[in-house]
Amino acid sequence: MTEAIVKMDTPFADSLLDRVPAPLVGTELPRIDGPRKVTGTARYAAEHFPDGLVHGVLLRAPFGCGRITKVDPAEALAMPGVLAVIRDERMVRNGGGFAGAAAPVQGVEEVAYFGQPIGLVVADSLERARAAALCVRLTFETAPGVFDMVASRETALPPTDDIFGLFLIHTEQGDVAHAASEASALVDAVWQTPSQSHAAMEPHASVAIWQDGQLTLHGSYQSPVVTRDQLATVMGLEPTQVRILSPFVGGGFGGKLGVMPEAVAAAIAAQQLGRPVKVVMTRQQVFEMTGRRPMTYQRLRLGADAAGQLTLVQHDTITDQLTGEVFFEPAGLATHLLYAGANRQVDHKVVRTNKLLGVSMRAPGEAVGQLALECAMDELAEALNLDPIEFRLRNEPERHPETGVPFSSRALVACLKQGAARFGWPTRSRDPGAFRDGEWLVGYGMSSAARGNLFGPSRARVRIEGDGRVTVETEMTDIGTGTYTILAQIVADLLGVELAQVDVRLGDTDDPASAGSGGSWGATTSGSAVYAACSELRVRLAAAAGAPVDAITLAGGVLTAPGIRRPITDLVGNGLAVEGVAQPGESNTRLNQTSYGAHFCEVRVHAVTGEMRVARWSSVFAAGRILNLKTATSQAIGGIVLGIGGALTEELIHDPRSGKVVNRDLGEYHVAVHADIPAIDVHFLEERDSVANPLLAKGVGELGVCGAGAAVANAVYNATGVRVREFPITLDKLLHGLPPLTSATSRT
Amino acid sequence: MMPFEYLRAGNEADALQAAADRPDARFIAGGTNLLDLMKLGIERPPQLIDIGGLDLRTMAETPDGGLRIGALVTNAELAAHPLVRARYPLLSQAILAGASGQLRNKATTGGNLLQRTRCYYFYDPASPCNKREPGTGCAAIGGFNRIMAILGTSAHCIASHPSDMAVAMRALDARVETRQRDGQMEVRALDALYRLPGETPHIDHTLAPGELITAVVLPAPLNGRQRYRKVRDRASYAFALVSVAATLAVEDGMIVQAAMAFGGVAPMPWRDRTAEALLIGQTPSQALFERCADAVTAEAQGQGGNDFKITLLRRTLAACLTDLTGNVP
Ligand SMILES: Cc1cc2nc3c(=O)[nH]c(=O)nc-3n(C[C@H](O)[C@H](O)[C@H](O)COP(=O)(O)OP(=O)(O)OC[C@H]3O[C@@H](n4cnc5c(N)ncnc54)[C@H](O)[C@@H]3O)c2cc1C
Ligand code: SF4
Repeated sequence: MTEAIVKMDTPFADSLLDRVPAPLVGTELPRIDGPRKVTGTARYAAEHFPDGLVHGVLLRAPFGCGRITKVDPAEALAMPGVLAVIRDERMVRNGGGFAGAAAPVQGVEEVAYFGQPIGLVVADSLERARAAALCVRLTFETAPGVFDMVASRETALPPTDDIFGLFLIHTEQGDVAHAASEASALVDAVWQTPSQSHAAMEPHASVAIWQDGQLTLHGSYQSPVVTRDQLATVMGLEPTQVRILSPFVGGGFGGKLGVMPEAVAAAIAAQQLGRPVKVVMTRQQVFEMTGRRPMTYQRLRLGADAAGQLTLVQHDTITDQLTGEVFFEPAGLATHLLYAGANRQVDHKVVRTNKLLGVSMRAPGEAVGQLALECAMDELAEALNLDPIEFRLRNEPERHPETGVPFSSRALVACLKQGAARFGWPTRSRDPGAFRDGEWLVGYGMSSAARGNLFGPSRARVRIEGDGRVTVETEMTDIGTGTYTILAQIVADLLGVELAQVDVRLGDTDDPASAGSGGSWGATTSGSAVYAACSELRVRLAAAAGAPVDAITLAGGVLTAPGIRRPITDLVGNGLAVEGVAQPGESNTRLNQTSYGAHFCEVRVHAVTGEMRVARWSSVFAAGRILNLKTATSQAIGGIVLGIGGALTEELIHDPRSGKVVNRDLGEYHVAVHADIPAIDVHFLEERDSVANPLLAKGVGELGVCGAGAAVANAVYNATGVRVREFPITLDKLLHGLPPLTSATSRT
Repeated sequence: MMPFEYLRAGNEADALQAAADRPDARFIAGGTNLLDLMKLGIERPPQLIDIGGLDLRTMAETPDGGLRIGALVTNAELAAHPLVRARYPLLSQAILAGASGQLRNKATTGGNLLQRTRCYYFYDPASPCNKREPGTGCAAIGGFNRIMAILGTSAHCIASHPSDMAVAMRALDARVETRQRDGQMEVRALDALYRLPGETPHIDHTLAPGELITAVVLPAPLNGRQRYRKVRDRASYAFALVSVAATLAVEDGMIVQAAMAFGGVAPMPWRDRTAEALLIGQTPSQALFERCADAVTAEAQGQGGNDFKITLLRRTLAACLTDLTGNVP
């Protein structure tokens, strides 16, 4: 098959998408997979029932550190319908990383965290397997573990790996100590963020089927190729022997990037028993044996001169992770580039704890890093007696403040100004506690948002059939984000066919490999691969019609050029197929590429109880071309909701004595619910980023969460005068600063 | 979930007989609490007697102006009932402040009263817990105890009772009607349904094995205004950190009747008659409300993580009383 490559070595001055007469790209097109989802015909991993299917339930370690010395399966094996209690050294203890084929840590004896998977019980029904799992007797030796990151922070060491150079471990410019001594205003404080859970609606689930030495796995994975490669390594197979299917994924947020324990256990059990095995994690297991966003302890030291110019930007983060794992929470990511300032330091260290694996969670680093940074900016603005927007405007850098590299596009200032106008920011009082409505204290808060734009290799096959239908095939996934829809939009626009003529097939590792869903790059990488394929198909169609490609217009299934008008079906013979390849190139590294935004919100705090209600919200973003206004807006809203949750409610709580996850269900792990969320106004600025990719688009998926929580925290301060630096800001942390009862309850 | 035998009772007599024949059997109504606990292996009843088909789903006015609520009336039906909304708005408010629409459609009056604690450690068979496994210890003491009780606890258990409905009912002086295994009818005040943990926290209530709740009876409401105020960690779908149910009557500027109950703070819906007595015959004032709060929290004891509940209870109580009495000096 022909390959068509787009490599980003030079900026893309002119995108075909800007030449489409009546484009679908950019509109508010509803999801094309929506009807299948609401009618239940979109099949998720656990909804596969091959013949002979049996069910596995994972066993968990009931202690935080040590080793299993004996497992007595006798009672479980004697129960009706129980087929096996499997403990296999190939089983994984930790989930896999987000890239590469390396096997995650394996083994079923050593226990590094409470709740770790240590085996699988298989029975002919889920209920029987679950009952038997309660009857497997374990003997174990516990060892002293490290469960309290903050108490152990003296043991923090630099991370061992910079994750392909994406997570800068330590950078410094100038002299921070000197700058601190010279600053006219200084903020120096510690912000803490807790562990968080991705809490996707769909639990991790796998159905493994072996046939003739081939393993097929229906799984819920964001990047099936990565999962396949890791699963193959774990099982001692060639990648070609493994096929993973993830056409529908009920949310991932980073929790389904690498292979997880249930897939490996299902594959081993299916191999051993010679029949298909399904393993679906319980909600409790999702919380305690998949992954979490690590907790952070962030010291921010910001200093400014009397003119309100930042002279010092220092951000030192301590985070926690299991021994031997390379991922760390890169909380300083946005601090590198958000504001000017000559003296800078960004540093990361890791405490090794015996707690659930730390993994990427939506906007790793940036979500919690900007929570702290943007609160610190608010504090410094106050110390300088400056409006927080004005303070940010005074510190807008011309170029990347550390490297001097230009920005490919940067509309932070426009986001700040337009957001302020949409929200009505000028009516805010700078004095905390100044605005009261009955028993409610009312505050306004704002923050900036920034999320680095990434680009990686991705492939997609686009085929025009003889009858004019078009099929797109790529291993890329749609984790609820809208991939099906945007790829169909791009094809419909570039090939001039009706949307209904386009079929998109996703999530099959037998199809061309993509960059997967993660890092806000899914839409731009897979969209660029589709773009590459379509531009080559346009060349072929033009040639078949005898027209120069620059002169053709494709619309309504017809190619037109001066003096030419031919239906596409006349030009494709038995069908035309091209595999499009998107490749990062020099232009991606020559300039800094980042999506930007600004958040504004009103928070009401009850003067008596400290209950907090976000009452109003506006955000403005600039992220290059917006491919679908509806799905992009949904992503932005989802991110903001996560930000509100991170500010006020979400905390994966660990028992201080064992690291055990205490709140293991959605009743007690408090994601924000509908009643916590007001109408959210989201506005995208018109922007094109010619450096990023041929779509001229940047990442959107994680941008919304960046800074959102800080806007909430800053509003809480503006309402109450209380700065809470330990997230989430639950009401108990405000009580001490609320008005005394007499004035709190008075309604005048 | 361990395997169990499932029986569906056609009427009360069948249900009681089935229970008499199977001493370890459990009734199941909406199942919203019991099934969760069974899935996690916390409850392992060998038999379930489904009482969903019993004729206990009616509500009727009693001759003395009260209300008899069948044990199988769902939380959704109860909260929406016109008589409840008119005469016991407190009860409606409490129920609607709890759980979610779907849960309230399944949850029943009897089941709600007997729902078990939401203590995190109770919910995990890998943690020591005297309530789940007597004699193993209490993981909440010295553990993460933000949601635990501050009143009525013991050295063996500090769990709180999670119900909102029961708190409202306690303020309304509800009585519980039951039938013993032998068909004998019993009536007890709601507070006599519950017991404090003491040295036997595994026993939540005073029902005999196989005793069936048939109805809850509310006396005619007190005069005056009613209010249920629930404080929680998010705006919906969270258990109370603290809740206050209060009914208060003021005549000629003086409090003439007062009843209050508290949720989220004790192993059972909590009531403090001394504090109520303090209010009677007094003119509403912030100082009075603070004295009342002093009385309620006099014996309160935090465990570190839940110390804030003492302050929160005081503030919520005072705010609730202010609400009921109008602006006070
Ligand atoms: C996620 C979640 C959130 C919730 N939030 C709240 C909340 O905010 N506030 C709140 O108050 N509640 C809340 N609940 C609890 C809910 O109200 C209870 O689960 C429900 O009321 C129980 O009623 P049921 O009929 O389903 O009881 P079941 O689960 O059927 O039974 C509970 C117990 O009562 C016994 N039982 C039931 N009926 C009788 C009877 N007639 N006689 C004798 N014994 C009987 C059963 O044997 C069992 O032991 C929540 C529950 C969940 C799952
Ligand atoms: S507080 Fe009670 S329910 Fe909770 S762990 Fe202790 S004994 Fe068990």
